[in-house]
Amino acid sequence: MPERDEPTGALVRPYAVTRGRTRPKLEIALEALVETTVRGRSGMMRGGQGGSEHQYIAAMCDGGRVQSLAEIAARMQLPLGVARVIVADMATDGLVAVYEPTSLDDETDAVGTELLERVLSGLRRL
Amino acid sequence: MSHRPSAGRVTSAKIVIAGGFGVGKTTLVGSVSEITPLTTEAIMTSAGVGVDDNRQVPGKMTTTVAMDFGRISIDRDLILYLFGTPGHTRFWFMWDELVRGAIGAVVMVDTRRLADCFAAIDFFEHRRLPYLIAINCFDGMQYHNAQDVRDALAISSDVPVVSCDARNRESTKNVLISLVEYVLTMRRTRAVAPA
Repeated sequence: MPERDEPTGALVRPYAVTRGRTRPKLEIALEALVETTVRGRSGMMRGGQGGSEHQYIAAMCDGGRVQSLAEIAARMQLPLGVARVIVADMATDGLVAVYEPTSLDDETDAVGTELLERVLSGLRRL
Repeated sequence: MSHRPSAGRVTSAKIVIAGGFGVGKTTLVGSVSEITPLTTEAIMTSAGVGVDDNRQVPGKMTTTVAMDFGRISIDRDLILYLFGTPGHTRFWFMWDELVRGAIGAVVMVDTRRLADCFAAIDFFEHRRLPYLIAINCFDGMQYHNAQDVRDALAISSDVPVVSCDARNRESTKNVLISLVEYVLTMRRTRAVAPA
């Protein structure tokens, strides 16, 4: 069985949907959460101007269904980098809100410790 | 599924699930995830692929790296993601992104192929990402005890070594709980006596 992440060597144009842009306007973490804003929702109703990807993402993350960047990329079958460019564009235009993950870098930081305690009690309740 | 994020600040956290190919990473993720594990792909052109693919090819060669992941709603405003590492450790560019900001890592071990997890352990130690060892008992049998595995891996005595059945939700839950408890203990120790 060939492993899925073997290099395929396929010549593809993954960044065609971003018109060749590979750098996102914002850095967005893999697990950052995305939620459609009121502006994004009304843009979606009107048919929007950002193309079908914008429409799709706005619909996916609407109505309180927050989705991570990774989920958006997976569900749209877009490479992560491509999804990141599109979501960053939408965030810059105010169509979606992006909630970055809580940093755990500072090991003495109370916010990180509180987050871990929440994760722990949540897992115990599962 | 109804998250109502407007009240508090919605946020997320992640745990990395590592281990050799076929050790059961996706099975483990799937046993606790509230969604069927999804696959996200990252692409990279040959220029950045790394040491074993540095041929100067004319034109662009694209490498695709797939990662499986799952999701657990911890509470109304907090979602935990579990990300499986790509099977091939040579795709380090993706590992960097995976460990950034992670709570910690579960290194899954098949005792018949212990060496498969060495690269992951090295990586996490180098990045100072807390990890634990989870021995996946495929058929309910454990071929080695935890101390043997600890000795064979030459890991520090404070790294937890637990057994699990990746197919079993309760078992997977316990692995994740052990990891978070370990990370919390480490933080509290360091907060009292900074290194």
